Amino acid sequence: MSNLSSSVGIVTPQHADFATPLPLNSGHVLASYRLTFETYGTLNAARSNGILICHALSGHHHVAGRYSADDKAAGWWDNMVGPGKPIDTNRFFVVGVNNLGGCHGSSGPSSIDPDCGQPWGSRFPVVTVPDWVTAQARLADRLGIDRWAAVIGGSLGGMQALQWSIDYPERIAHALVIASAPKLSAQNIAFNDVARQAIITDPDFLGGDFYAHGAIPRRGLRLARMLGHITYLSDDGMGEKFGRMLRSGEYQFGYDVEFEIESYLRYQGDKFSDYFDANTYLLMTKALDYFDPAKDYGGDLVAALKKATASFLVASFTSDWRFSPERSRETVKALIAAGKRVCYGEIESVHGHDAFLMTDQPYVDLMQAYLDRVAEEVNA
Amino acid sequence: MTTLTTLRPDLQLIADWVAPASRVLDLGCGEGELLAWLQQHKQVNGYGVDFDVNNVVSCVKAGVNAIQGDLEAGLAEFEDQRFEHVVLSQTIQAMQHTEEILLEMLRVGREAIVTFPNFGYWQNRWQIMQGHMPVSDDMPYQWYNTPNIHWCMLGDFENLCAKNHIRVLERVVMAHGRRVSFLPNLRGSLAFYRVGRG
Repeated sequence: MSNLSSSVGIVTPQHADFATPLPLNSGHVLASYRLTFETYGTLNAARSNGILICHALSGHHHVAGRYSADDKAAGWWDNMVGPGKPIDTNRFFVVGVNNLGGCHGSSGPSSIDPDCGQPWGSRFPVVTVPDWVTAQARLADRLGIDRWAAVIGGSLGGMQALQWSIDYPERIAHALVIASAPKLSAQNIAFNDVARQAIITDPDFLGGDFYAHGAIPRRGLRLARMLGHITYLSDDGMGEKFGRMLRSGEYQFGYDVEFEIESYLRYQGDKFSDYFDANTYLLMTKALDYFDPAKDYGGDLVAALKKATASFLVASFTSDWRFSPERSRETVKALIAAGKRVCYGEIESVHGHDAFLMTDQPYVDLMQAYLDRVAEEVNA
Repeated sequence: MTTLTTLRPDLQLIADWVAPASRVLDLGCGEGELLAWLQQHKQVNGYGVDFDVNNVVSCVKAGVNAIQGDLEAGLAEFEDQRFEHVVLSQTIQAMQHTEEILLEMLRVGREAIVTFPNFGYWQNRWQIMQGHMPVSDDMPYQWYNTPNIHWCMLGDFENLCAKNHIRVLERVVMAHGRRVSFLPNLRGSLAFYRVGRG
């Protein structure tokens, strides 16, 4: 049994500055950049126990632990990462990194462009999943990690884990690809575009250069988050939690918040617009849309995965309709056809896409069992 | 990872039929004991399929590649002729899509190994003559809670194969962990078939 109550404790983010230019998929070159990251646990003498956690759309490097004793919120995957937890920091050296284009300390649209001393804003280039993986590989070099015991991620994070297995086959022993997809469907891209349109058409967006004007496109961000949130939950899960509950018990026959679900979504939207950068949201959704590792192989995912040498765990959740089990099975099918070692779990859950951040027991058991196997293989 | 030295007799018989270093698909693989043994002793490259996530977890613990999936939905995750052996051990009698799974097995594999409890076993016949549905070690359920919906005897299975132009390559019948060759449909409780298109 994993102990879900123990924590890595107080943590401090670190920064790594890179002066070697990074050529991007788009053709742009990032002359220099910073990555903000956190680490938990200890790198062993053989440097074989490193695990990279890749974050999803709104995530960051703060994966586990707290910043101070009275910090109300722990890292975003604190229920999975820590001493005695499935991603066990007593055994593994765990690295969380804020991706390029993020808004939590790594170089991104809201950080300062060293060339002009102003926020990058609309000039920050669009980055892709392969770009992130290249940047993460440079961070691994900096940390002295030649080969990750595992690269793990949910959703957009899972895409990075899959990309790692293709781009750096010799540098990754295991890829854990959770609630993800080998590429987005038209419907999924459509949701992303509505979110982007909400932001871009907000009068306070100002073409992406709102920082200089002291403006924040809150309304757009809020709508984008509300829309996203609906798609991350399942109909059943939402029904179970909110149903048709009214805040006051009576219809008010107006347009203010009446149903609990409205209240919840607005609260989530408001909270998000307080801390998340609008340009980062645009960039992350674009990275999702562009992800398609099979594209360079004539659309053949099996061919794309041929040179991967990692072992894989693929997991999906029954009520996840944004990244449905069918999409994960596409990945599994390609991995089997490519002759790779793969395990696949389809977890019964009411939590929709958000289930990858939850602790449904079979999910925790599967992660625990798989990571035990990883630890055994790399002598962690 | 635990090292398995002995297999259940029925699984051992299946294991004996599997060629070393071959590609094996085990349908309804349970906790992965057959594949774990085959990986350790015959260096096979295998995948198991099971409906139950807890069995997938057990397979992961056993170091076996396991894919959670519903056999009733077919084997869409697997391409044609991917495997040398496809195993369906004591499961066919519990399936809705009996004929379909047999065809799917020979689509993804060169040979299928199918085992099932023989309904024609004399103890089963005896219980029916006494007025009851059979209950035994190989068929440990009552009529009202059994998952087994498609019972057959040796000849019935062979007729299904013939209907689909499937050749029986080898047949073994066992009772109490021993092979039975005299009056197998009467004296055998478990049937083992190796079938193919050849």
